[in-house]
Amino acid sequence: MTPDYTSDEMMTVSAARALRDGMTCFVGIGLPSAAANLARATHAPGLVLIYESGTIGAKPGLLPLSIGDGILAQTADAVVSVPEVFNYWLQPGRIDVGFLGAAQIDKFGNINTTVIGGDYRSPKVRLPGAGGAPEIAASCREVIVVVRQNRRSFVDRVDFVTSVGYGSGPGDRERLGLTGAGPRKIITDLGVLEPGPATLEFTLTGLHPGVSAAAAREQTGWDLVVSASPEIIAPPSAAELAALRDLHARSNTA
Amino acid sequence: MAEIVSLAEAVRRAIHDGDAVAMEGFTHLIPFAAGHEVIRQSRRDLTLIRMTPDVIYDQLIGAGCARKLIFSWGGNPGVGSLHRFRDAVEHAWPAPLELEEHSHAGMANRYVAGASGLPFAVLRGYNGTGLAAVSSTIAPITCPFTGQTLTAVSALRPDVAVIHAQRADRLGNVQLWGITGVQKEAVLSSERAVVTVEQIVDVLDARPDAVVLPAWAVSYVAEVPGGAHPSYALGYSDRDNDYYAAWDEISRDRDRFTAWLAVLMNRVL
Repeated sequence: MTPDYTSDEMMTVSAARALRDGMTCFVGIGLPSAAANLARATHAPGLVLIYESGTIGAKPGLLPLSIGDGILAQTADAVVSVPEVFNYWLQPGRIDVGFLGAAQIDKFGNINTTVIGGDYRSPKVRLPGAGGAPEIAASCREVIVVVRQNRRSFVDRVDFVTSVGYGSGPGDRERLGLTGAGPRKIITDLGVLEPGPATLEFTLTGLHPGVSAAAAREQTGWDLVVSASPEIIAPPSAAELAALRDLHARSNTA
Repeated sequence: MAEIVSLAEAVRRAIHDGDAVAMEGFTHLIPFAAGHEVIRQSRRDLTLIRMTPDVIYDQLIGAGCARKLIFSWGGNPGVGSLHRFRDAVEHAWPAPLELEEHSHAGMANRYVAGASGLPFAVLRGYNGTGLAAVSSTIAPITCPFTGQTLTAVSALRPDVAVIHAQRADRLGNVQLWGITGVQKEAVLSSERAVVTVEQIVDVLDARPDAVVLPAWAVSYVAEVPGGAHPSYALGYSDRDNDYYAAWDEISRDRDRFTAWLAVLMNRVL
């Protein structure tokens, strides 16, 4: 039987479940924002959403197209300047979780959103760049990455380190003086990856329904380690699906 | 002291070939009309400074106004790539574009340093990233009190800042609210400042959530209703998301972009 949801919907639901009620969450735009807003609409009504535009405690009720949509300012507990949101709120470690996307991610959770191929001065593909991600990845207490999994995005080593995960392995974050714990989960359209306790190399610990470990390995650009018995993640509930589709519907007509 | 002039005159007097120009506005209050006037007046060799280049700098880059871009995130928000920016970086069209690239936190702090009259700002940032290696404006610094290694970023000191605001009074005092980004810092770090506003009013009612820039901190004020379109001005207009989506198609193709540019150049104000 064909499931009544898409793999992107499963990814967003899976990511939303990783957020707990009452957490403070620094939200990147796109997939992370959809998941964070879904969490607020379902099991985590007290989730505090912080966008880099300086909107703290935004309660949009629909999916914003950009991190600076008017609905974020109009529903926020406070709207602060961009220097303030980074210097006073993010940098000291006040934010529980950073929710990021990625163009490329490697086995140590390092993220590239800068350039692909060629070299920095003459890249094959010029990506948008860093935005708020480097400091979100450095200073949030923990980080969750939401990204579609394939051989282009999941690489052994990123072409450019825009935002640091675990660098080249254990000890690197401490050596670099990064105050947050680093990426705790990568949530994809196929399943969930978590860092191995000793190696900090991302290993497959969860699979979305109908996805095999072999298929996930096939879509990964490094020799992906699979945990002994990966959890089969529950499919989206009717309530989760309805809430997600409602958010999308209201955004498309807004 | 601010002079109230037309947009064309403000651009003519404040922005010159070769200037470093910071047009700020974080998704909200982006000074699009002023950017279009810079294109129409055919400014060249500009160093364009902006945290999020957005469609406004895609247009200026494609029109050949820019020599260098100082930025931290160059995408079309919620849509995808900035194709004119990518074409300039990947294929040097219509001209090569030098990049000076930062994170948002780095750019914000560079403006704070400029506004504070300091040569640099300090933050925790960039450690372990590839950004420091490709920029001469990022360097490690040792805290003299604790010995911690932190990161210094050099100050931004633009020749001119350009922003859009909701209102000004007839003396040129400026008031803006909603998401105010780094506009105050951009204005105070710059030699000159041009402000376009939705409305010039007799009296600026006090608003507790507003940033106020006194007339003596601003060079020129021009009344340009809708001057942020397709960005928005909270209380006056909504973001034109369809324009951002349509720009993806226009900007993807050099010929379509060139046709768009011809229309802009010939538009009668």
